Amino acid sequence: MAGPSIDALGQFDLTTGLGAIGRAVNFTNSNEAMLAAAIIIVGMFAIGLKAKALVPGRIQALVEVLYEFVHHMCVDTIGEEGRKFFPLVFTIFSFILLGNLIGLFPYFFAFTSHIAVTLALALFVFVFSTAVGFYIHGFGFLKFFVPAGVPGWLLPLLVPIEIISYLSRPVSLSVRLFANMTAGHVMWEVFAGFMLLLTAGFGVFGAIASVVPLGLNVALAALELLVAGLQAYVFAILTCLYLHDAVHMH
Amino acid sequence: MRRISTALLLALAPSAALAEGKMPQMDFSNPLTLDQVGWMAVILVVLYLLLSRWGLPQMGKVLENRAAIIARDLAAARAAKQDADRAVALLTATLASARANAQAEVAKAVADAKAQAASKAAALNAELEAKLAESEARIEAARASAMAAIKPVAAQAASEILLKLTGAVPEQSELSQRVEDALAARKAA
Repeated sequence: MAGPSIDALGQFDLTTGLGAIGRAVNFTNSNEAMLAAAIIIVGMFAIGLKAKALVPGRIQALVEVLYEFVHHMCVDTIGEEGRKFFPLVFTIFSFILLGNLIGLFPYFFAFTSHIAVTLALALFVFVFSTAVGFYIHGFGFLKFFVPAGVPGWLLPLLVPIEIISYLSRPVSLSVRLFANMTAGHVMWEVFAGFMLLLTAGFGVFGAIASVVPLGLNVALAALELLVAGLQAYVFAILTCLYLHDAVHMH
Repeated sequence: MRRISTALLLALAPSAALAEGKMPQMDFSNPLTLDQVGWMAVILVVLYLLLSRWGLPQMGKVLENRAAIIARDLAAARAAKQDADRAVALLTATLASARANAQAEVAKAVADAKAQAASKAAALNAELEAKLAESEARIEAARASAMAAIKPVAAQAASEILLKLTGAVPEQSELSQRVEDALAARKAA
């Protein structure tokens, strides 16, 4: 096909960032976005904590809302033990949320659209919560795979199902985030490329008609904003749920 | 028809795009795919340390501080309200007792004034009574003295009238007796 074509996947290409130093240590463009997300989070805390005002300013109020939101999520889901895991859950939630959000901006890399990234995060959560389970309950944690109140003859069937469902947790956790972010960004790119195709193919009429994909992209932007927040929330609440299972075994 | 072809094109475009090239996310032959995870670990560890050692405890302290201040102010407000309630109760009681006192004072003053007025009236009455009695006595005395004075004049006049009419001088004692009788008869009439 002559003229413009839709390159929906080019946006996910990994290159090295930070110039020659980045090239030397394989610091990628996705790592740049991660660094930006971390700097924004720390920066928000730095600005929000500067005044420590009784009546908070905007940034302080924003950080406070984030803090209390995640804190409630931890304590409500995990219980009182959730306080210990709060910094970890907050780090994961804010990191994914900021990653999703800055990925929405043009020329910013959406690092949560990489399965390697989300799988690493999910595997960490999986291994960590399993370790917490064994740390608290010892080998008694294995009873987690034996559902209570089930007739004995069903156990040979149910225990493997429980184990498989437990092992599939990191997969569903990582694929959910990765697929949501990838799909949204691909759709965006496709609709945007479609405007170029229409204009190239049908001239002025095509340019006028490309208002339709433009409108779709505007609507999609709102949807993606929702998805960005929602998927970060889902990842964090599932992390809390897995930690709850590890702490309480039910 | 155009809409259908547009929809078809829209539906085909992503799959065409996806079929065209491999997804960079699945390209694990690219060393960067896994290297980004290593750098993410570094960034996350630093972020976690910064947040857990500095950001979150500080923010927690700010929130705790605010909750404590709000609780303290609420307690102070509650205490102030209790004080105010007590003051209002005291005020009501004071007002009630003051009103009762004032009413008692007024009643006492009215009674005093009445008693004083009554005693004054009684004294005045007695005085008037006395003056009246005295006046009456004086009138009585005047009348008696006038009566006493009239007797010899009447007897004298009668004796002279009798002397001129009869030429005889009546006996003095009979004359005075007759005058007495006549005066008594007039008094009786």
